[in-house]
Amino acid sequence: MNIFLHEFKSYLKSVAIWSGANFLIILVYFSAFTTIALEAAQMEAMMNSFPEEMLIAFGMNDMNFGSLLGWFAVVFLFCQICLAIQASNYGIALLSIEERELTADFLLPKPVSRVKIITAKLLAAFLALTITNLVVWASAFIVINLNRDGREFDVQALAMILSTIVLFQLFFLSVGTLISLLMKRVRSVIPLSMALSFGMYILSIFGSMLGEDKLEIISPFRHFDPNYIIANGSYDLPLVMISLAVIVIAIPASYVLYNRRNITAAV
Amino acid sequence: MSVIEVNNLTKYYGKARGIIDVSFKVEEGEIFGFIGPNGAGKSTTIRLFLSLIYPTSGDAKIFGKDCIKYGPEIRQEIGYLPSEVFYYEGMKVLDLLKYSASFYQKDCTRRLFDLADLMELDLKRRIDDLSYGNKKKVGIVQGLLHSPKLIILDEPTAGLDPLMQQNFFNLIREENQRGATVFFSSHILGEVQRLCNRVAIIKEGRVIKLQDIKTLQADNYKKVRVVAEDLDQDAFQFPGVTNLSKEDGVIRFFYKGDINQVTQAIGGMKLLDVVIEEPTLEEIFIHYYE
Repeated sequence: MNIFLHEFKSYLKSVAIWSGANFLIILVYFSAFTTIALEAAQMEAMMNSFPEEMLIAFGMNDMNFGSLLGWFAVVFLFCQICLAIQASNYGIALLSIEERELTADFLLPKPVSRVKIITAKLLAAFLALTITNLVVWASAFIVINLNRDGREFDVQALAMILSTIVLFQLFFLSVGTLISLLMKRVRSVIPLSMALSFGMYILSIFGSMLGEDKLEIISPFRHFDPNYIIANGSYDLPLVMISLAVIVIAIPASYVLYNRRNITAAV
Repeated sequence: MSVIEVNNLTKYYGKARGIIDVSFKVEEGEIFGFIGPNGAGKSTTIRLFLSLIYPTSGDAKIFGKDCIKYGPEIRQEIGYLPSEVFYYEGMKVLDLLKYSASFYQKDCTRRLFDLADLMELDLKRRIDDLSYGNKKKVGIVQGLLHSPKLIILDEPTAGLDPLMQQNFFNLIREENQRGATVFFSSHILGEVQRLCNRVAIIKEGRVIKLQDIKTLQADNYKKVRVVAEDLDQDAFQFPGVTNLSKEDGVIRFFYKGDINQVTQAIGGMKLLDVVIEEPTLEEIFIHYYE
């Protein structure tokens, strides 16, 4: 419990920043919605003049400018990028930070098993991510309701989209943790977490640009595509299962690797 | 029962050597010195005790229990001071010490404040702002606050001023008198000599000597310094004499063997001064490393 609390406290500042960022993304984009919706026809004409590839990259290829959820799907992509970076950061730093800053020499000689350490750390990171998750939920519902101007939207579909966040975060948290343990030494967290989060994003847009659906199989940006949920009223279940499988493999694998790991001195 | 029992402990980092076939025992109540130069394998041995790393072969038992299998349990009673101390960013000294104390079953609050007083530690400061020596003091307090039965020190005195070193040694002696066993790793021989009952000398990953401090000094070599008129260096060319040198009318050498041979050799000389003394550990040590 003491490790959990200590770890959780260390996330507070970061959680505030990432939650704030997500709130601002939703707020700023939806403030523009009223204007855009009024001139939906003109917007669509303008959009059609852009190259198809670019629209795909921003998830705007088959959006409906008059629809609240259609617009939210675009906004949600930016939220997803933020959530992916945040979760990757936490995952990659989770255990590697102790070795980089040599605090492993403080923590591991304490009377506590490595299983307890990794469990406490994963739970603390997950709780921190869940707070950001809840802020995204609240921001989405509040901001959409403030800007809907009497328009209706499918509350259930919105809830379905937002429900994907938890698995999306766990994917990057667990894969990040596993990557950090597969490396001998993590010198710096940011380049790795950027590579993981943006790498997955780029994989998903390349997939749609090239009409190549093999690449998207590993990208959670595809697994939880909000446009699919809006169009079908359901999840793309086989793809969701892939994300789930990755998490279910990555977490136990991290436990095994951490239990075997040699924590060598820095000097 | 031995507090530490090491059996054929070997550790390779890939192909790089850590330690090879190390065996020794540390008995309850001892202050055991573990000396060798940097890179000899001192820290590797300690990290194996604490299961920070895992052995390639062999094993180590602490309090009679395997130090990997029963790691968390035996670490309740181990206090460890690493050679380099680093702590979580942004924490205050008191917060860190309380966090450290929270891992132990017993209540360590009293001891925490007593030790902080003794080491003249300001508990309200942020650790980031502390000097190297003061960080080291935080390390000492966090290593001792749970009154451990085994204290493991990895080059503990670097960065402490002489007065603090003195305080620290007194503290370690007190802990030892209280019943704690001390495992003291160092490359500074003077401090090992001051503090320890027995030493193991480690060289290139192997323990090459395991002895009482007293026997180590007494049994082996005498250091002889002779000042005389008409000095003849050849007078000391007999078996047992090593490192013979003559400089400014002073002859120095080490001698191992029957001391009467030396006194006879000196007997015929017109002496100005003669010193026969025990060599320092430093000098013995250099001998082992030749």
